[in-house]
Amino acid sequence: MNERFAEFFDRLPDLFGGHLLLSVPAILVGVLISVPLGVLCAKVSLVRGPTLTVASLFQTVPSIALLAIMVAIMGGTIGYRPAFIALLIYSVLPILRNTFTGIDEVDPAMREAARGVGMTPLQSLWRVELPLALPVILAGIRTATVWVVGITTLSTPVGAPSLGNYIFSGLQLRDWNQVYFGCIFAMALTVVLDQIVRLFEVSARRQKAWISVAAGIVLAAILGAGLTPKAGDIHRFAMGVFKGEATDLPAQAGDHDARAAEETGPLLDGQSFKIGAKGFTEQAIMGRLLKQQLARHGASAEVLGNMGSTILFDALRNGTIDMYVDYTGTIWATVMNREEPLERTAMFIQVSHHLLEEDGILTFGRLGFENAYCLAVRRKMARSKGYRSIRALTEIAGQLKLGGSPEFFGRPEWTRVRNAYDLKAMKTQGMDATFMYQAVRDKQVDVIAGFSTDGRIDAFNLTVLSDPAQAFPPYDAIILLSSQAAKNNALHRALSPLLNSIDAAKMRGANRMVDLDKKTPARAAATLLPPGP
Amino acid sequence: MSAGHDNALELREVSKTYDGGRTHAVDTLNLTAKKGELIVVLGGSGCGKTTTLKMINRLIEPTSGSIRIDGREVTRLNPVRLRRSIGYIFQGIGLFPHMTVAENVGITPRLMGWEASMISKRVDELLEMVHLPPDDYRDRKPSELSGGQRQRVGFARALAAEPSVVLMDEAFGALDPITRDRLQAEFREIQRDLHLTSLLVTHDMTEALLMADRIAVMNEGKIVQVGTPHELMSSPKNAYVEELIDTPKRQAGQLEQLAEEAS
Repeated sequence: MNERFAEFFDRLPDLFGGHLLLSVPAILVGVLISVPLGVLCAKVSLVRGPTLTVASLFQTVPSIALLAIMVAIMGGTIGYRPAFIALLIYSVLPILRNTFTGIDEVDPAMREAARGVGMTPLQSLWRVELPLALPVILAGIRTATVWVVGITTLSTPVGAPSLGNYIFSGLQLRDWNQVYFGCIFAMALTVVLDQIVRLFEVSARRQKAWISVAAGIVLAAILGAGLTPKAGDIHRFAMGVFKGEATDLPAQAGDHDARAAEETGPLLDGQSFKIGAKGFTEQAIMGRLLKQQLARHGASAEVLGNMGSTILFDALRNGTIDMYVDYTGTIWATVMNREEPLERTAMFIQVSHHLLEEDGILTFGRLGFENAYCLAVRRKMARSKGYRSIRALTEIAGQLKLGGSPEFFGRPEWTRVRNAYDLKAMKTQGMDATFMYQAVRDKQVDVIAGFSTDGRIDAFNLTVLSDPAQAFPPYDAIILLSSQAAKNNALHRALSPLLNSIDAAKMRGANRMVDLDKKTPARAAATLLPPGP
Repeated sequence: MSAGHDNALELREVSKTYDGGRTHAVDTLNLTAKKGELIVVLGGSGCGKTTTLKMINRLIEPTSGSIRIDGREVTRLNPVRLRRSIGYIFQGIGLFPHMTVAENVGITPRLMGWEASMISKRVDELLEMVHLPPDDYRDRKPSELSGGQRQRVGFARALAAEPSVVLMDEAFGALDPITRDRLQAEFREIQRDLHLTSLLVTHDMTEALLMADRIAVMNEGKIVQVGTPHELMSSPKNAYVEELIDTPKRQAGQLEQLAEEAS
């Protein structure tokens, strides 16, 4: 246990800093945009309607979708920038609305008094209306702060590190301590920032400037602490913005020279890579496996975990990440938009061909195992009723409840399985993949659409039903390389020992280590490393 | 200041209409004030007296007619500069709650770009004049003052930029009788000392009779009668004026009787 907490704390400076440097600048820039806009809304009635409507509309986009949409809009760029823009959009409405309301509700007598003593409209705004509206504006900034710091946890799936990494990875690994750890720090940060803005508010209400000064110093100190380990990121971000370049410069560019001195180093000495991973256990392990294999050859690598499936693919296509492990069936359905099933090797070849032709992505090879969708039931039930294949479910479909991820129910595979075995009468319940194995074990559902390499199938005494109609397509695990990484021969040599080195049983064992034995994904990955470098 | 004009303030045929001429708030009004004169504009609510006042410093623009201060047509002047040159005391005082007493009093000089040391000297001078010791009151917020003290700050603010004309809108309306009585007397004294041309709008006939050099009675946007308190008392022009005069007269009689009985 202590070892795990030590690991949480190790990541804290990076993740806390990342969180801080996403949320606070988003709020500050939000203030810079929203306050003038709010004033404009209060002063120019023509601007008011459209501006407030558009701002409200943005606010209604579910935050997790808005973050992903930003990635798509920015052509697959992941990391700081899409997350920052999405958070910025969220900070606008509360500040805008309160600025407008605050100015609008200034006593007309005050406005007339300002004119009466000889103020120009601008002087009236600056010396009378804004100071009087300040408490209301600050209340809006407080609301924005609470929202933005909370929503920042959702930037993990778009590849920007935040305290959400603890939460996503904790949920994925069913590691509640990690979830609590992330939540507590996110909550603490929210409370502290909220209180800082509250101090500005108190300062404005009571007309005591020293309170503002004190609050400003505290804020600067917190930002400074957050900035220290992440200074490089901000710098790279800024360079990227000003030069219009991608932000994925090698992180270790600084010590590249030093390393180049020892020419005789291993295959990938001094090189650095970005590895992507989706939001489930096997992917976390695959990310670490690639990293460990690269490390054996002297390369450093960063694993961007818990990323959305399509976000990951877009990031690989535009070179923001260098590699990740995907599955043939996933590419077949989501990238190639094909529905008809195909034999395993035939699909592998077609997928490889398509990715290379269309996107310049190299399908480096198969890892050896398949992580296909499968329908699984309690072993006891299967034994007592004699269920072996999915066909057995056809007759009793109306009495069964099927648990599965929301993604599964949206996939063509499900339609095909439903039609092939006439399962239309089956009730379905969407749930996080993490929970479905225990849901079927605890009889909350009767059948689950699980994954064939999940360690919990064995551990929870479940049986995979066979698929005689071949309705589920194959899901071969494949290593994908970006077009740039595809040209790196040394990288090919470093990765080749991984090919065809992991079978399904081995993968299930590794998954089980993490999901049930509470080992870290890195430890599980180490058991999968091929012998020799 | 152009010497050829006797009248410090002159309103000629001034009208203010709304609804494209259908509603007359002020109807072809004529009124003049000599340098140093205190004119009270008296009338019930909605008679157009406040509109008349606000047209002088162009918080409201007149529809037609001419308004001159020291012979200069106000509509030809920059409205912001015009307002800085006129002292204005608001209905409900209108102090800025987020500024200190000194900042409130010094606001117009500051807008005019006076030097800080000059402003602070002027503020202290004015606070002395309205009997608020500067050391005690300079740094207070309006919320820390009584109603009478706030009105004194309002006077000081109106006088800060050394205006030649002062406009007062129900300036004493919100005060208790004792404070009102004292402030009316104090203001009259200051006004006479500084030779300020003043226009005071009120609905209170007693206030009008006690303070005015001349009273202009308004009704339905028009001036009914202009005259000294004495003239109004002795020869009211019509029934409306008579009725207005009657109340304080009757009250004075009743009070006199009470006093006699008591002694």
